[in-house]
Amino acid sequence: MSATILNFASIYALLALGLAFAMSCWRMMQGPRAQDRVLAMDTMYICAMLLILVVGMRVGSIFFFEAALVIAVLGFVATVSLAKFLMRGEVIE
Amino acid sequence: MTRLDLVPLWAAVPVAILLVIGATLALLGAVGLLRLRTFYDRLHAPTLCTSWGTAATILASMVMFTTMSGRPVIHEIVIGIFVMITTPITLLMLGRAALRRDRAKDPTMLDEGARLPLIERDDGTKEAAKTLEGDENAPQEAPPQPMGN
Repeated sequence: MSATILNFASIYALLALGLAFAMSCWRMMQGPRAQDRVLAMDTMYICAMLLILVVGMRVGSIFFFEAALVIAVLGFVATVSLAKFLMRGEVIE
Repeated sequence: MTRLDLVPLWAAVPVAILLVIGATLALLGAVGLLRLRTFYDRLHAPTLCTSWGTAATILASMVMFTTMSGRPVIHEIVIGIFVMITTPITLLMLGRAALRRDRAKDPTMLDEGARLPLIERDDGTKEAAKTLEGDENAPQEAPPQPMGN
């Protein structure tokens, strides 16, 4: 019974997060200016992190947590450096 | 799928509800990112993903692994704390970069973008937009000042 509930909920979560990923990917391709693309990339990082967390819950393994943490850290660093580049024209000054 | 049967029913229902809430909020954030008109509106939408989308998914994961393994598993909270700390920094820097780019490109372009949803919402706000334009034209600091670091 609980396996059925969790199965349905995690399948719904996977579908919704995949749709969110596709929408932010569409915004990244379509975005009028560079900051729209950077914002869409940040959203894509977050959606990928949540996808990996939900996959880890489905599989029942604890090791997907580390992949999600690495994705969160890399997303932060990438977005901050891109915003810095948009503001200054260079990343390290 | 046999490992999911280790979760008792009283824990499976909140886990499922939290998963559905988190995924739906993430989807709503992406819809807002796709549908809103100006960049400064779009900047607010993905925070649904990062605030309660992430928090609900992490809570679901913590409850599920705790009840599955019979010992407290709370290390997912590291992701939650990290995302809660880094999201305002990221979006603040991105918004500031966009503001500087817009001001450097055209000093009046930002006013147009800020006024656009007001005009679209109802028809009687035309006068409000004109008074805003008059107020904006009064100080008129044309060179884009560097606003700190």
